Amino acid sequence: MRAGETNRHLTGWLLASPLTLVLIFFLVLPIAMIVIVSFWQATEFSIIPAFSWENYDFLFGSPVTYRVFGNTIKYALIVWVFTLAIGFTVAYFLAFHVRTQTWQIALFLLCTIPFWTSNIIRMISWIPFLGRNGLANSALISAGIVDEPVEWLLYSDFSVILAFVHLYTLFMVVPIFNTMMRIDKSLIEAAYDGGASGFQTLTNVIIPLCKPGIMIGTIFVVTLVMGDFVTVRFMSGSQSANVGRLIQNDIALLQYPSASATAVVLLITVLMVIGILLRFVDIRKEL
Amino acid sequence: MTTKKLSRRGLLKGAAAAGAATAFPAPMIWAQNIKDVTLRQFGTGVSNLNEVAQKVKEDLGFTLEMTALDSDAVTQRAATQPGSFDIADIEYWICKKVWPTGNLQAMDVSKIKNYDKIVGIFKDGKLTPESTIAQGTAPHTVGFTDGPDGTTFADEQTNWMTLIPTIYNADTLGIRPDLIGRPIETWAELLNPEFKGKASILDISSIGIMDAAMVCEAMGEIQYGDKGNMTREEIDKTMAIFTEAKRNGQFRAFWKTFDESVNLMASGEVVIQSMWSPAITAVKSRGIDCVYQPLKEGYRSWGGGIGLSKNLSGLELDAAYEYINWYLDGWVGGFLMRQGYYSAVPETSKNFMSENEWGYWFEGKEATDTITNPFGDAMAQAGEVRDGGSFEERMGSVACWNAVMDENQYMVRKWNEFIAA
Repeated sequence: MRAGETNRHLTGWLLASPLTLVLIFFLVLPIAMIVIVSFWQATEFSIIPAFSWENYDFLFGSPVTYRVFGNTIKYALIVWVFTLAIGFTVAYFLAFHVRTQTWQIALFLLCTIPFWTSNIIRMISWIPFLGRNGLANSALISAGIVDEPVEWLLYSDFSVILAFVHLYTLFMVVPIFNTMMRIDKSLIEAAYDGGASGFQTLTNVIIPLCKPGIMIGTIFVVTLVMGDFVTVRFMSGSQSANVGRLIQNDIALLQYPSASATAVVLLITVLMVIGILLRFVDIRKEL
Repeated sequence: MTTKKLSRRGLLKGAAAAGAATAFPAPMIWAQNIKDVTLRQFGTGVSNLNEVAQKVKEDLGFTLEMTALDSDAVTQRAATQPGSFDIADIEYWICKKVWPTGNLQAMDVSKIKNYDKIVGIFKDGKLTPESTIAQGTAPHTVGFTDGPDGTTFADEQTNWMTLIPTIYNADTLGIRPDLIGRPIETWAELLNPEFKGKASILDISSIGIMDAAMVCEAMGEIQYGDKGNMTREEIDKTMAIFTEAKRNGQFRAFWKTFDESVNLMASGEVVIQSMWSPAITAVKSRGIDCVYQPLKEGYRSWGGGIGLSKNLSGLELDAAYEYINWYLDGWVGGFLMRQGYYSAVPETSKNFMSENEWGYWFEGKEATDTITNPFGDAMAQAGEVRDGGSFEERMGSVACWNAVMDENQYMVRKWNEFIAA
């Protein structure tokens, strides 16, 4: 009896250990290392182990940090609004307007086709399209809508957000579509039978039941946008900064401790955002 | 001794060498032995060319392994991992940072055959006896040390060189004459409101700040003590002028890589920007008019050289000297000059260039026939003249050398603020 119980404990530990080890080596240790290095000091070409608040002092003492974090959150918020609106609409169409499952799957796969190419390529292909002498401007001019090329199409916040929305909308579509497919159709019929209009059904039945999907999509989009550096660099022509670019600049200049400190602050910010989001929906319970 | 050292390098090579040593126990002749030597060179992409490694194998018999990195990574590696390379191909301003670490060894000038023919810029700083010495990290100021173990720089020529100069050039602004339609003569034009939304500057702080300083000085806004070593106040003023221009929408974009600068210019997004000479060629090769515009304030110049790792000794050190002498012997010089760079010993390079090529690239004469680079691309047609003219005209009007400042970290932070502004 006792032996059996020990055995069961042991089996439990053994079963859990592969994942635990993987997480320790590839998640906990790297993050611990980043936290440790963030207290080190650096000269131009060497890194000195130390315990110093210097990096954090500089980070919190510089107005640039606040501006850049503000900018990062601004991008995340705007991109979230657009990806949610588009992603929800696409998922709604797929789940409720397309009748046969074959077509649902076919159209869903169609959505994923662009994602078979690298996201850098998808992003950079916007540049010749939006440029001063690009397709968009030529079309606008020949249609007589504008006389001069529109400058703000490229290397602006507009192009950054456009690229983000283009890159990340699918991350909203997939989880929302998934939760919509699980909604029992009889619930919707019941709502109609009870006299609810289409809009009332949407707000009272479908949206509440889609919350976990929306939340998962939100977490994807927000973390991807907040951690990005390459989209902002290319689409703003290096003219805008977000936190990722701050870290990238530090790394290029071999200021690893300062980069780590920024990364730690970013990590905490993102965790806080996710923490707040999870207060609204209990993903575990509703999945 | 040497065999032992060799076997530490790469297992296979070592095993082969050991095998050879057992098979021929008699003392090997030097020429035989040098074939087993492998020298590991790393540096920035400009001169780390596979063609050079191939030619070394052909002419000298030993193997040269090349690794190309960006200048920040090069600096870090030279400063922190002396065991990872035999030959460092670095820029002079990087040398200023790295030499004090003692990871490089001084070179005995008496072993350099063509030393006397090296251009004056790298010896006393003067191209001709009348030249004035430019600001910034001029190569001759970090080119010599006091003795074989010196870690400081000598004020004048000594018997011990830190780097052997290999490649250098003079940089200026690139313009699209077809879209500007009037002569451009000064650096100040970069911030001219006429080019609002059509200008660009490179986002590599150490070089970008120099271009910015050339502009501010040309505008008459700031007088610098030394553009290559600014005070905090000078950095603040420079960045204030550029931040204001950025907020007013002067810049279309900033560029960080070679390709970006080419695309900005070729697509017409930008009509005036800081640029590197091969980028101009790349734009021209698409059939687009682009000029490397000489400006009255002069050029911002850069130079690179090769240094030897502290760890080199014995046969490998001999091979390294052999390599240096071969480098200055003309083939590499010709190879580089036919791409628009300059060689440290132009007169030996002349033997490896046609009269037409020499006239176009070095003497600033009209091309008498199509000029092609070593890769076979046409660089200029008959009748064209090199932008900026002859070697003396171009290298004689250098205003400032690429440099590293005492206030480097402060400058970098200010530059980051400018980018985020």
